[in-house]
Amino acid sequence: MSTIRIPTPLRSYTKGETELNVNGSTVGEALADLTNQYPDLAVHLYDDSGVLRAFVNVFINEENIRHLQGVETPLTKGDKLMIIPSIAGG
Amino acid sequence: MGSRKKQEERSKYMAELIDNISLSNDEILRYSRHLIMPEVGMDGQKKLKGASILLVGTGGLGSPLGMYLAAAGIGRIGLADYDVVDFPNLQRQIIHGTSQLGVLKVESAQKRMLDINPYIQIDTYNEPLTSNNAMQVAEPYDLIIDGTDNFPTRYLINDVSVLQGKPNVYGSIFRFEGQVSVFFAEKGPCYRCLFPEPPPPGLVPSCAEGGVFGVLPGTIGTLQATEAIKLILGIGETLIGRLLLYNALDMSFDFVNLRKNPDCRVCGPNPEVTELIDYEEFCGVPGHDHEEVGSAGDDWDISVTELNDRLRNGEKIRLIDVREPHEWEIVHLEEAELIPFGEIAGRMSELDSAEELVLFCKTGIRSAQAIGLLHGAGFRKMKNLKGGIISWAKEIDQKLPVY
Repeated sequence: MSTIRIPTPLRSYTKGETELNVNGSTVGEALADLTNQYPDLAVHLYDDSGVLRAFVNVFINEENIRHLQGVETPLTKGDKLMIIPSIAGG
Repeated sequence: MGSRKKQEERSKYMAELIDNISLSNDEILRYSRHLIMPEVGMDGQKKLKGASILLVGTGGLGSPLGMYLAAAGIGRIGLADYDVVDFPNLQRQIIHGTSQLGVLKVESAQKRMLDINPYIQIDTYNEPLTSNNAMQVAEPYDLIIDGTDNFPTRYLINDVSVLQGKPNVYGSIFRFEGQVSVFFAEKGPCYRCLFPEPPPPGLVPSCAEGGVFGVLPGTIGTLQATEAIKLILGIGETLIGRLLLYNALDMSFDFVNLRKNPDCRVCGPNPEVTELIDYEEFCGVPGHDHEEVGSAGDDWDISVTELNDRLRNGEKIRLIDVREPHEWEIVHLEEAELIPFGEIAGRMSELDSAEELVLFCKTGIRSAQAIGLLHGAGFRKMKNLKGGIISWAKEIDQKLPVY
């Protein structure tokens, strides 16, 4: 089991939850578990063809999965996942 | 040119700069708390005096930035904004005061900054920063600070910084959450390395739509000022290659590592972007965060005047307010029923496609989306109230508050 931190813009789709437990042996599986728990999140994470959107950054223990093995990056127990949103306010 | 040679040239330039700058006795007294710290000292304070910064945006982030940079004695500060001070700004944009309502933001900010420190030069650019003027506006400055409120200008500032080889001190906020980093392509990643593409229009709400905790830009803007001053002094560890994520509700500070993206379209080894592009087109949204009147298209819109006439004629119309319950608390129409946008899909059975429906929200954007949703479910006898409850309050019932 890993934890995933939900950024403010996405919290309205997780009933306000800020951190969730997710199951999966890869980042992709953990995200699939997340969107199973909260289906409204899916459109914000994946495009129509089911690929992680280019502006969605997922980090595992401070490293961007883009510089690891993407959604195939393996997860070990206790890993911390973070979704980093694109925000523009000022 | 090799980066080592560039660095040597820079340090030679800085040494000459420091030789040519002096501090008056008044300035020495003013900056004494800096001068007595060896990390700053006379040389450091002269560096600050010799430095120039372009501050884009004089709003929430720009407020603490402008005031602290002025107080710190940055010799030349450029201010770019095109707005005037308005009531909803005053909850967080503390550089502006009630006495400055209606005044150009760059002028209001300049006045406040020169009151804090008359020994500095402030240049004002009362115009939107665009592809046409940005290279020229940024040219005289050593460093650029991104204190804007929209995606197109953020990508524009990034590309200008990369093309001119300058650090971009980035800060961004949403509700209770903030981000800070230093994007400097010569030494680390740029904004596009992290965010190669903007989110599709409408997916991420802006501050005008989503709200913002008033103190948050104070925290984030102050962190940006800290980074800018450290960069100029050449001290400490900056946020180059790191992103700070702050959440005011959780009181959490998290850091993640950022790396250069080898495929980056602007700072990668084979850049596609070698000159400025059309950023509003790239992002699909305008280069500002002003509230817009939402429309569902002429076929589906109804004006507040027409709705008022039809209601007064006794027509049977069901008014559906798709805003959130906390917005209903601020102001609502007596005849309306509340079905928040997010609940429409699940509560469609409460609506009858044979009835005449008028949907509305704050400005007509969410209700236009709701029209689309209901249209997909077979509803046809419905209209979108153009301009929402704000237009109703302004044009039909002026006793209602505007928010």
